[in-house]
Amino acid sequence: MEKFETLQGVVLPLDKVNIDTDQILPARYLQKPRANNFGDYLFKDVRHDGNGLLRPEFVLNQAAYVGAQIMLANDNFGCGSSREHAVWAIYDGGFRAVIAPSFGDIFFNNALKNGLLPIRLAKSEVMSLFSLAQQNPETQVVIDLVAQTVVASPDFCVRFEIDNFSKRCFLEGIDELGYTLSLLPQIEAFERKQLS
Amino acid sequence: MQKTQPMGQVLTLFEKIWRSHVVMERDDGVSLLYVDLHLVQDGSAPAFEMLHQRQIKVRVPSKTFGTPDHYIPTLGRNLSTIRDPEKRAMAKALEDDCDKHHIPFFGLQDSRQGIIHVIAPEQGLSQPGQLIVCGDSHTGTHGAFGALAFGIGASEVAHVLATQVVWQQKPLTMRINIEGTLGKGVTAKDIILAIIGKIGVAGAVGHAIEYTGQTIRDLSIQERMTVCNMSIEAGGRTGMIAPDEKAFEWLKDKPFSPKGSDWEVALKGWRNLFSDSAAVFNQVVQMRGEEISPMVTWGNSPEDVLPIDGIVPFPADAPNSVKRQSIENAEAYMGLIPGQKLTEIKIDHVFIGSCTNGRIEDLRSAAAVVKDRHVAQGVQAWVVPGSGLVKRQAEQEGLDQIFMSAGFQWREPGCSMCLGTNGDQVPAGQRCASTSNRNFVGRQGPGSRTHLMSPAMAAAAAVTGRLTDVRNLI
Repeated sequence: MEKFETLQGVVLPLDKVNIDTDQILPARYLQKPRANNFGDYLFKDVRHDGNGLLRPEFVLNQAAYVGAQIMLANDNFGCGSSREHAVWAIYDGGFRAVIAPSFGDIFFNNALKNGLLPIRLAKSEVMSLFSLAQQNPETQVVIDLVAQTVVASPDFCVRFEIDNFSKRCFLEGIDELGYTLSLLPQIEAFERKQLS
Repeated sequence: MQKTQPMGQVLTLFEKIWRSHVVMERDDGVSLLYVDLHLVQDGSAPAFEMLHQRQIKVRVPSKTFGTPDHYIPTLGRNLSTIRDPEKRAMAKALEDDCDKHHIPFFGLQDSRQGIIHVIAPEQGLSQPGQLIVCGDSHTGTHGAFGALAFGIGASEVAHVLATQVVWQQKPLTMRINIEGTLGKGVTAKDIILAIIGKIGVAGAVGHAIEYTGQTIRDLSIQERMTVCNMSIEAGGRTGMIAPDEKAFEWLKDKPFSPKGSDWEVALKGWRNLFSDSAAVFNQVVQMRGEEISPMVTWGNSPEDVLPIDGIVPFPADAPNSVKRQSIENAEAYMGLIPGQKLTEIKIDHVFIGSCTNGRIEDLRSAAAVVKDRHVAQGVQAWVVPGSGLVKRQAEQEGLDQIFMSAGFQWREPGCSMCLGTNGDQVPAGQRCASTSNRNFVGRQGPGSRTHLMSPAMAAAAAVTGRLTDVRNLI
């Protein structure tokens, strides 16, 4: 996993509730091996019309937000299917963080395991960020994982929560499997107790 | 395995199962949970690939079970008929990975193969009090037996394969209590659709749901599976129902159920699996069975659902601008006119199947409507049984003949048109009455239009060619 300490840049405002993982990454790409650039399939059917042409009204196609590494979304982002490919698509699309008032539970966990930082903020804070990003697409947002803050203007500095373990994984660029494997004695002890 | 709780502890069913599976807790409150049953399907190739990259073996193959369902053909049983090499590779990879790691596996040629959430209960693999995971969001299905069952992503699948444990933040709890009796033509599918309509698709985010009340207790085990299956569509981490005599009866003598004295010991533990009467839930939702009608979805979210006698909503009636926009978008995509009666909506396809509604009772309920009728002209109607055993049972009862003589296609088991990963898709712009679980944009194929409903309602739509109130046909 890639290290993550701070991130600064413009945000892509996706102001729609309940964006499901079928929208983020359509099922017909699920059989593709991870070596593919899933960014090519990110929001494939939302980005394109029936003739395969880019829809100019979709924010991901707008020049102002090219290069955004922070995705700003609304309630229940990433609901639906458990497909981790949805996270891969966002990550491969260049994003390193998603800010929303709430996430689909499985998506949230998948993001944590792939170096895509999911940040839950209060609805009012997210709505303020939407206005900033929509009024001025050049608005610079700074995510500081060490301090657990999101800063977007002199008036907008908010704190977010993340569990200590995930925070460490992001800061050090490690994944949890190595750590869990070091706990095998505890797992074996549990199994013996379960059998007894 | 189910430890008796210390005296004076008042616990929910969820809490009892959670506690009995905690291997350790991190100082940030995240718990390491032991997995009793890990179900894998042909979407699991990326997870096995993660293991292979690290040269790690599957730690407990005997607590893992695999069958292909997502990528397999429903017109035959031969992998070589899958034309897309990448899709064929997915189905083949599961076979090879299970073989390599000595994981119990029902292949495509095995008459017991089927959708993983149909066959695990069918085989007695899913048992009360277990912690069950699968790389599929509809894993909550197994909660119908009083198991704690939830979907996980590919990295977590790899983690469970390697360690037999999974890290989880403890969810909050929600009780959905339904009292009263269901009306004629109202099924378990209508119950869960009505719940989602009431609390919304984000209503249970971060929560484990327990379904309680007389209406739930009156449901058969198969009906309970339908309800628990779609907990994820309400945002729930999982859904569960306290096991009772119906659950124990189901499990008795199933191939993987405990036998002899082990059965007696297991049964004793299972009888402790209920929420104590004074147990407190973070949220409680109350509903009445009599108030639930046959339901259909009209939009692109499972919460876009209405009783069949309703009309397509007017965007102007939406409570806020975000909702208004989402109604407008959905109606444009679905090709619907505000104010139109739902029963005037014509359909092109019917899909009866999926992990939500591919069980024998579902097929019986659809066949009862189809009997002595014929699929409407221009409608393509399919039945895809949930498993080989469901298919065989249906054939023994003559249901296949009822469907085929009415003009339905009678197919081989798999996930099929629920999400179309195997190529069974609804063409762009066409409309499908479907017993599956999601009506998202493009879910059944790019441009496809899905209306979710019960098997009886889908059967009614098949024979009339439009969304139909099944109560008028039974």
